[in-house]
Amino acid sequence: MYVFVTPALLGALAFVFLPLVLVVWYSLHEWNVLADTFTFVGADNYRRLAEDPDVPAVLGATALFSLGLMVLNLALALLLAVLLNQKLRGTTVFRVLFFSPVVVSLLAWTIVWGFLLQDNGGINGLLGAIGVDGPNWLRSGGIAMAAVVVVQVFKNVGLNMVLFLAALQGVPQELAEAARTDGAGLWTIFRRITLPLISPTILLTSIITVAGSLQVFARISVLTQGGPGTSTTVLVYYLYQQAFQFHSFGYGATLSVLLFVIVLALTVLQWQMRRRWVFHEH
Amino acid sequence: MSTRTKVFLYGILLLLCVPFVFPTWWMITSSFKPNAEIFSSSLVPSSWSLEPWRQVFTMQPFAQQYWNSAYIAVVVTLGTLVVAAMAGYAFARIRFRGQNVLFLVVLTGLLIPSEVTIVPFFRIFNRLGLVDTHWPLILVPMLGPPSVLATFIMRQFFLTLPGELEEAARVDGLGRPAIFRRIALPLARPALGAVAIFTFLHSWNLYLEPVVYLSTRSKYTLPQALTQFTDAYQGQLWNVQLSAASMTAIPVLIVFVIAQRQFIEGLAHTGLKG
Repeated sequence: MYVFVTPALLGALAFVFLPLVLVVWYSLHEWNVLADTFTFVGADNYRRLAEDPDVPAVLGATALFSLGLMVLNLALALLLAVLLNQKLRGTTVFRVLFFSPVVVSLLAWTIVWGFLLQDNGGINGLLGAIGVDGPNWLRSGGIAMAAVVVVQVFKNVGLNMVLFLAALQGVPQELAEAARTDGAGLWTIFRRITLPLISPTILLTSIITVAGSLQVFARISVLTQGGPGTSTTVLVYYLYQQAFQFHSFGYGATLSVLLFVIVLALTVLQWQMRRRWVFHEH
Repeated sequence: MSTRTKVFLYGILLLLCVPFVFPTWWMITSSFKPNAEIFSSSLVPSSWSLEPWRQVFTMQPFAQQYWNSAYIAVVVTLGTLVVAAMAGYAFARIRFRGQNVLFLVVLTGLLIPSEVTIVPFFRIFNRLGLVDTHWPLILVPMLGPPSVLATFIMRQFFLTLPGELEEAARVDGLGRPAIFRRIALPLARPALGAVAIFTFLHSWNLYLEPVVYLSTRSKYTLPQALTQFTDAYQGQLWNVQLSAASMTAIPVLIVFVIAQRQFIEGLAHTGLKG
């Protein structure tokens, strides 16, 4: 039996844990690729992190992106799931349509949105047809961030939607019926019965969505390259720039450690907060 | 439900469909527009031009790049299935200490963005002389975090299989490997399918890693190749780029439409693809 687990264990050791240890080790070094020198610099990179004037803006952009993505994604996913949970014909077709961006390759999806969001692109063409002068979506501060969030939400919301749909279908009909006979309105039933019953799914999807929201390198790289200014430079993009464009590998590793700490903290936070709002049957 | 409510609900659903369906439609139709007409807002091209589709192959070794993406995704998928099915089965059947530790490992693998470990991986592969080869794109997903996640999904599935079946086979003198191959594995087809789908999509969409590791055009994978269709002044050749994008999206979309139930329900049940 132990033969069965050997590849997986070795893999996890070499490809999950070793790099995590190494990234901390590297953050205490400076690595010059061209000269191939690897020198210990102590806490220098962390000092640089504390003094880097771009870091507050980068963290702000990251927080804005993750928060915006989570709220929009979960709200839209829940709305779609509730709509698809109605007794209507043809909901399977709609389910397929809403889910389809999940399987469209990420870069294709991002590129076509980049095309649509050009100043003279499809969306401003549509807006122009109804007499609205649309902005240059990807080149205006503030709007660019919103645009990237929206592109990302439409790409992946289908996944959360089917998770919510499965959860909604598990809500016993009798409960809603009983509440209705007691005179509760649709909204009250939804808030007092449906939401608490699907709260474990909300927890799961919010953890996955927040963690996923930090891995947005491709979207940023294709749509805005972090601009305009640094308004869409989220942490993973800044990390890539420092390590692979400016060849500051030690500093890149330091930013990776920061990213790791943030993911860990967010996950623990969400897990702790679950007691306050996630409903458990006993 | 009254007819008015129904009409209202269908109206909302149709409206909501637009941002999900229109981009794909726009990508495919615009790819047939000549470059002069590319920003026209007509829903279909006034004349269908195959030129951009042809240019995709003359501007870049696109067939080679297509093959790179395809073979890497297939190798990663098959490799992950083998590793994850075996380990998942063992973890479900043998009692061992530290189940909680295992859960922690899974959580780490699941939640840590690959960006966190890209710097150490780059140095390791640089040392091994494997930069600008496909090895990092195969090894890391096949044995790293995505594979841990796949193992966890397989384990959860094998836990739901009744033990009596395997007991009976053992009484008949079958060994563990034979029980795994002939009984457990065939029953695990739905879980294997789900793991295969998300592993394939993950590999097919990989972007940061190729950008970091690969520098030779003929070694590029599709996501990276798609961004390279520019003219001499770095201006984007939208119609060519959209043709290439369509070519990467359409095959997967066709498979999805045929097997939509397996895709959606498989992914919903594993429910863990970030």
